[in-house]
Amino acid sequence: MIYRRLFDLPTWRARTPFDELERMRSQMDRVLEGFQGTPVFRPTAGVFPAVNLTEDKDRFYVRAELPGIKSGDLDIQVTGNNLSISGERKTGAEVEGARYHRREREGGRFSRIIGLPGDVNPEKVEARLVNGILTVSIAKAEAAKPRQINIR
Amino acid sequence: MTDTDTKELKVKDKQEVSTPAEQTRPGLVFTPDVDIFETEKELVLLADMPGVQTKDLTIDLRENVLTLTGDIAPFEGAEEDDILIEYETGKFYRQFTLSEVIDQERIEAALSDGVLRLTLPKVEKATPRKINVTAG
Repeated sequence: MIYRRLFDLPTWRARTPFDELERMRSQMDRVLEGFQGTPVFRPTAGVFPAVNLTEDKDRFYVRAELPGIKSGDLDIQVTGNNLSISGERKTGAEVEGARYHRREREGGRFSRIIGLPGDVNPEKVEARLVNGILTVSIAKAEAAKPRQINIR
Repeated sequence: MTDTDTKELKVKDKQEVSTPAEQTRPGLVFTPDVDIFETEKELVLLADMPGVQTKDLTIDLRENVLTLTGDIAPFEGAEEDDILIEYETGKFYRQFTLSEVIDQERIEAALSDGVLRLTLPKVEKATPRKINVTAG
């Protein structure tokens, strides 16, 4: 479930001793960065991909940055009130004998389930993948839409 | 690389440019992740710039400095409220210094699925050639 958070940090469970150290190190980095004036305290679930979830009256919108992924490698499902995004990012098998100078882009599998804060209508879900940005728009169930009440 | 194909992707925070020249308009500027690799004939640069379209991408080359700038259109519709925001969007900017090995006239660029592929061919004389030795 997603709560509307302001400043809470979600907690992780450490799986190996190194996970815990890694988590402390990245939190320390963030705290130190914060002192230099740039806003970096952004709560994330720590799972790829990072998503932005927004809503308007009729729909929820989930956006994620997935550069280099084709729609065939992506699997999107809606179950109950949960949206699941999973797939594989292939960074491409390049020519034999290529020597890498820098390797910053990563490849691998990913899978994420996002609980939507409200009832949804799974029949009306649209997903578009354009320029490496995935936008999934999910219609809210009729009962969950706000209803205007007139005052007499 | 010894990583197998089935490792899990970890989320990476987007890196902001550390000391940019000030922009005229407010907004965040990020450094795109790049892979650079070299084959015999050319250097290839792959940059992740999700959300950038061909018309918003500027590749500038002067005095051996290659500058990549990508603009992003704001993603939200006007009516939307935020519930959970895990990443920011902003322009992409990165600069590289090219060595003399690159033939600057023949650089090619292609943008697809948010990934820019820059092919920088090497100058002819820098490609290795075998020289045959004739007897006698």
